[in-house]
Amino acid sequence: MNTVVSEPRPLLEVRDLVTRFPVRRGILGTLARAPRRAVHAVEGVSLSIGAGEMLALVGESGCGKTTVAQSILRLVDPVSGTIDLDGRRLTGLSQRQLRPIRRTVQMIYQDPYESLDPRFRVRHAIEEPMLIHRFGGDRAERERRVAEALTRVELTPPQMFLDRYPHELSGGQRQRVAIAASLVLDPSLLVADEPVSMLDVSVRAGVLRILDDLRRTGDMSVLMITHDLSTAAHFADRIAVMYLGRIVEEGPARVVVRRPQHPYTKALLSVVPKRDPRDRSELQVLTGEPPNPVAPPSGCRFHPRCPVALDECRVTDPALRTVPGEPDHRAACVLVGAPQA
Amino acid sequence: MGMRSDTLSDSPEDIQADLASGHRNWLWGIIKESRQAKLGLIVLLVFVLVAIFAPLLAPYDPRQQVGPVYAPPSWQHPLGLDDGGVDMVSLLIYGGRVSLIVGFAATMVAMVIGGGIGILSGYFGGRTDQVLMRITDYFLVIPDLPLAIIVAAVWGPSLSHLIFVIALLLWTTTARIIRAQVKSVRERVYVKRARSLGASDLRIIARHVLPQIGPLLIANTVLTVAVAIFDETALSFLGLGDPTSITWGTIIEFSFLRTAISSGAWWAVIPAGLCVAIVIMACFWLGQAIEDALNPRLKVSYVSPRRFRMRLPTTEDDR
Amino acid sequence: MSLLEVRDLHVWFDLPEGRQLHAVQGVNLDLDAGERIGLVGESGCGKTTTILAMLGLLPPSATVAGDVRLDGTSVVADEEEATRPHRWKDISMVFQGAMNALNPVKTIEAQIVEPMTLHGTAEGSAAKKRAGELLEMVGITAGAGARYPHEFSGGMRQRAALAMALACGPKVLLADEPTTALDVMVQAQILELLTELTRDLGLALILVTHDLPVVAQVCERAAVMYAGEIVESASLDDLYHSPGHPYTRLLFAATPDLYGEEAVLSIPGAPPRLDRDIVGCPFRERCDRAFDRCRVERPVLREVGDLRAAACHLNDEPVGSRT
Repeated sequence: MNTVVSEPRPLLEVRDLVTRFPVRRGILGTLARAPRRAVHAVEGVSLSIGAGEMLALVGESGCGKTTVAQSILRLVDPVSGTIDLDGRRLTGLSQRQLRPIRRTVQMIYQDPYESLDPRFRVRHAIEEPMLIHRFGGDRAERERRVAEALTRVELTPPQMFLDRYPHELSGGQRQRVAIAASLVLDPSLLVADEPVSMLDVSVRAGVLRILDDLRRTGDMSVLMITHDLSTAAHFADRIAVMYLGRIVEEGPARVVVRRPQHPYTKALLSVVPKRDPRDRSELQVLTGEPPNPVAPPSGCRFHPRCPVALDECRVTDPALRTVPGEPDHRAACVLVGAPQA
Repeated sequence: MGMRSDTLSDSPEDIQADLASGHRNWLWGIIKESRQAKLGLIVLLVFVLVAIFAPLLAPYDPRQQVGPVYAPPSWQHPLGLDDGGVDMVSLLIYGGRVSLIVGFAATMVAMVIGGGIGILSGYFGGRTDQVLMRITDYFLVIPDLPLAIIVAAVWGPSLSHLIFVIALLLWTTTARIIRAQVKSVRERVYVKRARSLGASDLRIIARHVLPQIGPLLIANTVLTVAVAIFDETALSFLGLGDPTSITWGTIIEFSFLRTAISSGAWWAVIPAGLCVAIVIMACFWLGQAIEDALNPRLKVSYVSPRRFRMRLPTTEDDR
Repeated sequence: MSLLEVRDLHVWFDLPEGRQLHAVQGVNLDLDAGERIGLVGESGCGKTTTILAMLGLLPPSATVAGDVRLDGTSVVADEEEATRPHRWKDISMVFQGAMNALNPVKTIEAQIVEPMTLHGTAEGSAAKKRAGELLEMVGITAGAGARYPHEFSGGMRQRAALAMALACGPKVLLADEPTTALDVMVQAQILELLTELTRDLGLALILVTHDLPVVAQVCERAAVMYAGEIVESASLDDLYHSPGHPYTRLLFAATPDLYGEEAVLSIPGAPPRLDRDIVGCPFRERCDRAFDRCRVERPVLREVGDLRAAACHLNDEPVGSRT
C-alpha cells in the first residue's frame, strides 16, 4: 500500500459532451424552410469524478446541468462526446446494452413528494429496483438488503418504516427512502438532482450528511446538481460552475468559493444572501437573465452580462485555462492568468 | 428562464390535505365518505341480488298466463298483468336479469377494448397514439341507431349482437378518458424513475400505471354500465333486440305494441321504465362520487375570498 | 398606534371527524409605515396562514379569532364586509408562486389594470398609464405590458406580479416566498427591487419566507414562527448574534454559510401536530437545551430586552445556568 501508485482512473469521465434538443419547426416552418434550430443545452462539457468524490455541478436554470445528468444516465442521447464509467464507454451503447449498466448509476430526484409511487409501501419501493434487475438474491436476502438500506439512511428501526406509505412520511424521510432505494443496487455513482431544495431547512443537513457519509465509506461517488452554492461549498469536494451549456469554472470547492476566477462565479457568489446581517459585502447584481440557449452569444457566452468584458471577449470563446499556481483550478476567461485588479 | 421549480408549501389547503389524505386513495374510503356513493351502491346491489336470485324471488313464471290481459294491480299481483296475462312483478325481476347482464357484458367488452387502447395510446405515444386515436375517431362518428338497425337486419336480432353493438359504441369514450389519464401518470416522477432504472414497459404499466388509473377505470366502468343499460332498453324498445328474451326494454316495447297506454294499463309501461331510470341513477351516483373524489383536488387557490368564520372574543379556550 | 396591528390572532381549520387544526396560535405583530419585517419559519408553522388572515383570504373551513387593524380600523371583525374595501387598496400581497398564477389569456397590462378598475382607483386610459408606470417601477419597459405571461421569463413574471400588487397604491405589502422559485441572481434582483420600492414608496413590508439569509438581506427585524406561534421577535442582528430562542439559533446553524467553517446542523424530529393541544413548550422535543419546566409549562412570548421578545424559559433562568 505504500508503493507509489499512478493516479487511479476516475470513476466517471465525461469528455466534450454535446447535447442538443431540436426545436420543432412545425408545418409552416418546414415549408418555409426555416433553419432547424436547437436548444444548445450542453455545448462541450468535460468533467471527471474520482471514486469516493463528490462533485457539485452548480448553475442557474437553463445552464444545462440537469441535461448533463440526463446525458450521463442516457435518458437523453448526446450529439457527440464520450462518457466513460469505470472504464466502460457508455456512449455508443444501445439502450438494450445499457440495461445492466443502469444498475451502477442511480439518480435521486428533487421532488420527494413525487419520486415515490404513492401506492407502494416503503418495503416495495426499496425492493423494486432489485426485482427489475434481478439482483440481490432470494427473497430473504432481498429483505435483508432492504433493512440494511434503511439503516444506512438512518430510518431506524427499519421495522417502523417498512410498511408505511409515502404519504405517512415527511419530506425528509421520503427523500431518505428514495436514497435507500438507490443503494440496494450497490451503485458506484449517485446523481443527486437538487436533493434537498424542496425540504425544510432544518432537515436538509441530515439528508446531505447521509450522502456525504455514503460516499466516504461506501465506495461510491456523488454528482450533486444544485443551484445552492452554500450547500455545494460545504459538502462537495469539487465545484463546477456552468453557464449556458459550458463549464466556466471548476476546482476544489473551497478554492472556487474563496478565490473565484471567472466573473460569473464572482458575481454569483457575491449575491448569495449572507446569514450575518452585519456582512454588508458588495453585491454584484447582474442585469437581465441568461440568454436563450437556442441562440447563444458570439465569442465568450458571458460577455453581454460581464462587468469586466473586453473587446476580444466578443470574438474569442475561451476554453478552460488553469489558474496560475493552482493546478486543479480552471476557469474559462481570458483574464485568467492575468494579474488580479 | 431564471426559475427553478421549488415549493415549500405552507398553504392551509395543503396542511389540511396532508392530514386528511390518509385513506383518500382507497376506493372503499371514497365510498364510505360519500352518502351519494353509498346510496348508489346499495341500490345497485339490491337490483343485482334480485336479478341473481330471480328464480327464488319471482312469484310467478314470467312466461305463464295467470290471469286476464291487462288485469290491474291487485293483492296477488301488485303490479298487475301484462298483455299476455303474465305477472308484471315476475316480468320485471326476470327482465332485470337480462337487462343487467347485457349492460354489464357490453360494458366489460367496451372496457377491455377501450381501456386497452387507451393505455397503449397514452403510454407509448407517438405513432401508436396517432394511429389508435385515428381509429377511435372513426368509431366515434358511427351513428348508433343505423348501426344497430344494420346489425339486426344483416345478422338477425339477438342478445349477443346487441351486446356487440353497444360495446362498439361505448369503448371510444373510455379510450379517450383512459388515454388522458395514462398520459399524465406517465409523466410523474416515479414513473420516469422506474424507466430510468430500466424497468420494462410491461412492468411499469402493470405496477405503476394501472394501480393509479384503476379507480378511474372503475368509476368509468360504473358510468358506462348506466349508458349500456340505457342503450339496451332503447334498442330493445325499437325492436332491434331479441324479441324472444325478456328485458326491461322488451317489456316496454310490447306494452307499446299492444296498446297498453290507450288501454289505460300504466302498470305495463311505467314500472319497467322506472327500474331502468333507478338503476341508471344509482350508477351515476356511485360513478360520479368516485370520479369527484379522484379529481385532483381542484386547487381553488386561496386568492378567491370565501367566507371564513369569526370566533367571538368571549369563547377563547387556551391561553 | 402602528400602521398594522395584529392582536392575538388565532386560526383554526376544520378537519374531518370534527377535529380542528390550530394553525395560528395567538400571533401579535406591529408594523409601522416604511418598516420591513420578516416572518420566518418552516413549512407548517403558520406564517402563510397568518398573512392570509390579514387579507381575509381564508377558506370557509377556517375560524378566526383576534383582531387585525389597519390604521386603527379592524379588517376582520365582520369578515368579508370588513376586509374587502381594504383588500388591495390598503394592503396587498404577492403570493407564493405568483409568477405561475398569472392569467395566461390576458395581457400583463390588463391584469394590472384589473384591480384598479375593481377598486375604483383608476379607469380607462388613466389606468393604463398608471399600469405603464408601475411596470417601469418594477424594471419592465412599459411597452411590454401588451405581452402575455408566457412570453415573460420567471423573473419578469414575478416583477409583473409585484406591479399588480402595487396597482392600487397599498400601504402594506405582504410577500409570500417571493423568490423561492427563482435563481439566485434573479432573486438578488427581486430583493433589491423590493428594498428600493418599499423605501421609495414608503411601504411597509412583511416578507414571509423560510430562508433566513434572504430576510437578513431585506429586513431590519424579523419574527420567527414555530408551531403556529411567534417564538422570537427581534432585529436580525440580535437574532443572529444573540438569539433568544433555541429554535432561532438552530435554524441559523442549519443554514449553510458560503464561507462558514462550522458543520451544518439538522434539527432532529418534527414539529408537533397542531390538531392536538400542546403541553409544555412546542419545541421541547427537538430542543438541545430543554429542561423540566419545558415539559409542563408553555412559554409565553415576552420582552427579553430592548425591542425584542422571545418565548423560552431559558430567558427566565439566572444567567449562570444558561451557558
